[in-house]
Amino acid sequence: MTLHRTATLFAGLFVLFTVIGLFLGAANISLLLVQSFAYALIALGLNIQWGYGGLFNFGIMGMLMLGGAAVTFVSFPVNAAFWGSDGPMLLGRALLAFAGGFVLVWGARHADRVGVRGGWKTALTVLAWIVAYIVYRSQIDPAAAYIETEGGGWIGGLGLHPVLGWVFGGVLAAGVAFVVGRICLGLRTDYLAIATIGISEIIRALLKNMDWLTRGTLTVSPIPWPTPIPQNLQAQGISIADSFIYARLGFLSLVIVILAIAFFFVQRAYGGPWGRMMRAIRDNHVAAASMGKNVTRRQLEIFILGSVLMGIGGAMLVSFQQIYDPGAYQPINHTFLIWVMVIVGGAGNNWGAVFGALLIYITWMISDPVAQWLFNGISGWSTDMGWGPIPEIQSRASQMRVFVLGVVITIALRYAPRGLIPEVVKREA
Amino acid sequence: MNELIFFFNNVVVAGIVLGSIYAVGAIGVTLIFGILRFAHFAHGDMMTMGAFIAFLLAMAATALGITTPLVPTGFLVLPIAMFLAAGVALGLDKGFYAPLRKRGARPVTLLIASIGVTLIIQGLIRLFFGSGTWSFFEIETKQLIRIPVPLEGVTRTINFTQPQLLMVICTAIAVLALHVFLTRSRLGKAMRAMADNADLAQVSGINTKLVVRVTWVIAGALAAMAGTMLALDVSLKPDLAFNIVLPIFAAAIVGGLGQSYGAIAGGFLIGFAETLSIFNWSVLLRPLANALPFEVPATLAIVPTEYKLTVAFVILVVVLLWRPTGIFKGASS
Repeated sequence: MTLHRTATLFAGLFVLFTVIGLFLGAANISLLLVQSFAYALIALGLNIQWGYGGLFNFGIMGMLMLGGAAVTFVSFPVNAAFWGSDGPMLLGRALLAFAGGFVLVWGARHADRVGVRGGWKTALTVLAWIVAYIVYRSQIDPAAAYIETEGGGWIGGLGLHPVLGWVFGGVLAAGVAFVVGRICLGLRTDYLAIATIGISEIIRALLKNMDWLTRGTLTVSPIPWPTPIPQNLQAQGISIADSFIYARLGFLSLVIVILAIAFFFVQRAYGGPWGRMMRAIRDNHVAAASMGKNVTRRQLEIFILGSVLMGIGGAMLVSFQQIYDPGAYQPINHTFLIWVMVIVGGAGNNWGAVFGALLIYITWMISDPVAQWLFNGISGWSTDMGWGPIPEIQSRASQMRVFVLGVVITIALRYAPRGLIPEVVKREA
Repeated sequence: MNELIFFFNNVVVAGIVLGSIYAVGAIGVTLIFGILRFAHFAHGDMMTMGAFIAFLLAMAATALGITTPLVPTGFLVLPIAMFLAAGVALGLDKGFYAPLRKRGARPVTLLIASIGVTLIIQGLIRLFFGSGTWSFFEIETKQLIRIPVPLEGVTRTINFTQPQLLMVICTAIAVLALHVFLTRSRLGKAMRAMADNADLAQVSGINTKLVVRVTWVIAGALAAMAGTMLALDVSLKPDLAFNIVLPIFAAAIVGGLGQSYGAIAGGFLIGFAETLSIFNWSVLLRPLANALPFEVPATLAIVPTEYKLTVAFVILVVVLLWRPTGIFKGASS
């Protein structure tokens, strides 16, 4: 029954993509395919967190941004002007200050071992935080100012292979998720949602304003591809129109391979003892705790695992678009969109998450041209009626996709609350 | 002394204004949480929508010639805008949340539904108003009030705008009215009882459906008020409140979700924390430069201005760690 339904839905999706492809042309649909499969990986990450573990992560945008920053740092060509200046030395000192501050705070937090307790320990911790912050700021501010003016503008990249950048994106996301999880997990759902949103906003503010690290709103481009770019193919004598299709198909196959590997492991984990334990925690964490499961620790595990997939997905998107623009990240496009994907597809079911990602992404992307076509029609009609045309059709139509997304999730919650491909709950007798 | 007045203008006045806006917004969030047990994400967009309703009304009033030189038109039409916004809030509940509640959906589902509502409202606002910036003060001028300080050697004046003064007065009236409603009226007491224990309230004969409706009316009206105040203070744009809904949630959580008085305290706490942390302390230190052992830098803010929004979250995280249910003990979901 479920298998039948899944197969039918995916076949329908294939037809949808083919029809849209016929309208938009092969180059455009291959572009949409790469992005939608990258989003599928991100949706898989959220499906682990929300579908398996019941964690309310609203900070997806932060993880995507970290992935993007990581791949920019690893794969962008080396900036010789920075490495030749005093910048690395100043940054090293700032890093030392950061480490010193970390040790200071850590020491204050463990001051009870040397007999400082209660209110004194709290006071000491607060003092340690303040001192660490001042010391760090006193080092990083001049370093940042120097790099941005004289030291080459920004630190540049390492010039390594982009796939290494994707790996680093996952690692970086995991590290940040560890810290965030240690702080936030254990909070109840609504509090966790707000706390994770807050942290993703902090990450955005940092990456957007640390010009020395990411060039901020100046944006970084072109970020290299792991597969041949169209210009390489053109050099081999392939026509310009075809080169874009082949290049994107090359990138697409790499994305699909990574998605397939992630999917395989995530799907295996779902049925295994680990997955069963996660679902037990999700459904009743009190019962799971009373059976001896360390709930907070397991949730931390799943939070980190999901964030790794998000970081890799975010890195792939940045590589593909060849530009890293911290100002372009919005909660609607990078957090809520993914939530809609997982909810519509079916939380807890990996096929559902992938299906939802592909369906919602294509809906999101074609809402704009469809709305434009619709508005042009209405505008022509209203002109004929003597009411004049609709002003600013272009910008209005591009806002319609936000509205469409809202309608889609509302309908899904009302009529298919468990998603189009719902989770199958097996009950052993 | 001049420096102290500079401090007063930049921290105290700005903090009170920002705090009022946060407080009025956070009361709505906290009331909905107390009664319906879910974080209503669409509150920010209800604020924006209320501001746009007020804007349209103000345009209409100006066109009809209904203006007074005493109050900006935005404040003149505020009661009507609040009334309309309350109606819209009731409609949103009936259309989006009530069917889910009837099905017995978990609060988490309602939270996700509120994101759908956020997207729909935001899409509609952008559809009709584009993504540009609008101002209430295209025809009227924003009056600046300067109060000279009767002290020797003081050249600076205490500055604030007329809308800022009015919005602080409006906030005070709203808070007072809410206090009287919650403590004196039968319905207000029923509301507090339901926030305390919904099942017990229903068993003891409280009309819970009515309480839910009243909650939406109050929340919608306050959202319109907060949104209009924000639009009058800065400018009106479609994503006006989307950025501010997060500090408002922070204020509500810091005060303890479900606690109306906590929300007010949280709002002012966050407002003042933001203005204090971006204030350039060098201004205050400069007169003491000779007595200080170090050189006073040109700018010495606790955080750079770009990071203003993050202050709210840092406070939020600290409060959640230190006292997980907020300063005043909040409700759990």
